[in-house]
Formats: sequence, structure tokens, C-alpha cells
Amino acid sequence: MGIEFLIVNILLVILIVIASLVAVLLRDLLAAAIALAAMSLLLSLEFFLLQAPDVAIAQAGVGACLTTAIVIIAIKGTKRMEEE
Amino acid sequence: MTKIVKTTANILFPFTMIFGLYVIAHGHLTPGGGFQGGAIVASGCALLLVAYGSPWVFDHIKDKRLATFESLGAIGFITIGLLGLIFGAVFFGNFLAGSGSLFGTTPATGSTLADFNTGGVLPLMNFAVGVKVIAGLFVIILVMAYASSIKEWS
Repeated sequence: MGIEFLIVNILLVILIVIASLVAVLLRDLLAAAIALAAMSLLLSLEFFLLQAPDVAIAQAGVGACLTTAIVIIAIKGTKRMEEE
Repeated sequence: MTKIVKTTANILFPFTMIFGLYVIAHGHLTPGGGFQGGAIVASGCALLLVAYGSPWVFDHIKDKRLATFESLGAIGFITIGLLGLIFGAVFFGNFLAGSGSLFGTTPATGSTLADFNTGGVLPLMNFAVGVKVIAGLFVIILVMAYASSIKEWS
């Protein structure tokens, strides 16, 4: 539990918040889905650093892959760009 | 999808399958288990569905068979629990541990390599949960793709 652990944790949390903001603010819904997948992957890395590898595997499998697949299929059925 | 996506899916699909089955099979030794490995295998199938499109997958996989597999997983899990009630003392009793038969070796003490043939009924329960989670999570995506492929949505 050194100072490096703290720095990496704070950096990861800031990156998670930035990825979430990008996912909210983007007009292209496909790019927003990819940003959401990146947020989920960073969250699973944070779980792994906090010594919960079980939760990290579940988060990487369900959050980063299956949810993205469902959202991409839904975008394929509708329109890609968000309208005003 | 394009040729790049299909080629990448062709390369990545076997590795995803092998890693997911490894996580299921080593559920009693390493982190992970039935749910995590099943989610990994189902995400590999989702990769195939996104890359090749839904009509190709609908031709090869029937959702009725997936429903059968999901029911088989639940039946296997609860059957092992009831067998624990019969052969052991309690519900979900570990009647195979230490018996010397299937998954019944007593693990060695001290810092040794992990023995795969241990754990009693826990690996069998991991297999049952894995089958159920693979079928359940993949049928969600399959139904989603089927509903998304209908153009004349009233």
C-alpha cells in the first residue's frame, strides 16, 4: 500500500469519470457504446487492483462485452446518429 | 460486417472459447467459476453474432435448443444438491470429497501445485452453472438480435 498504489488508483478513477463523460456527451451512438465499453474495462482493472479478481472477470465479461454487443445490435436496428 | 472484423473474429473466437472453458473447469482452484466462464464463452458467441450477422447465426443455432440447455443446467445443479441430501447428511452436502473417486482426491498440504482432481461436487456444480449461464446469456443476445432484425416493427 505505497504511494504508487494510491496514484494509480486515483488516475484510474479519473479515467473512469472521463470515459463516462465522453459516453454521455458524444453524438455518435456507436462511439458512445465503445466509450462505455472502455469505462467498463477500466472499472474491471480497478476491481483487479483492489484484489477482487472474481468481480473483475465478471465485470470484463458482462459489462465490457455482452452489454456492448446488446447496445450495438440495438443501434443496428435503429439510427446511428443522435438527433436534436 | 467488413472483412477485417470477420478475420479478427475468426482468430479470436477459439482463444475466447478455450479461456472460458478453462475458467469454468478450474473454478475450484483459481478465481472465476461457472458464471464468469459462462459469461466469457457467451461473449465469444456474441462476437460471432456481431461479426457474421444474425441470419447466419439463426441458421446454425436454434433458441429452443438453448432453452433446453439452460433447463439442463438448472436440473443438474439441483440434482447434485438433492444427491447431497441422500448420500451426505445435509442439502448440498459434499459427498464426493475425500472419497477417492471422481474429483475426490484429498489435496496435499503445504505449498504444492494445485491438484485438479479435488473439490468433490464443486467442479460438477461449476459445470452445471456454466452450461446454464452460457445458454441464458446467449439466448438474451439472440432474442435481441431477432427483435432488431425485424424491420416492420408495428
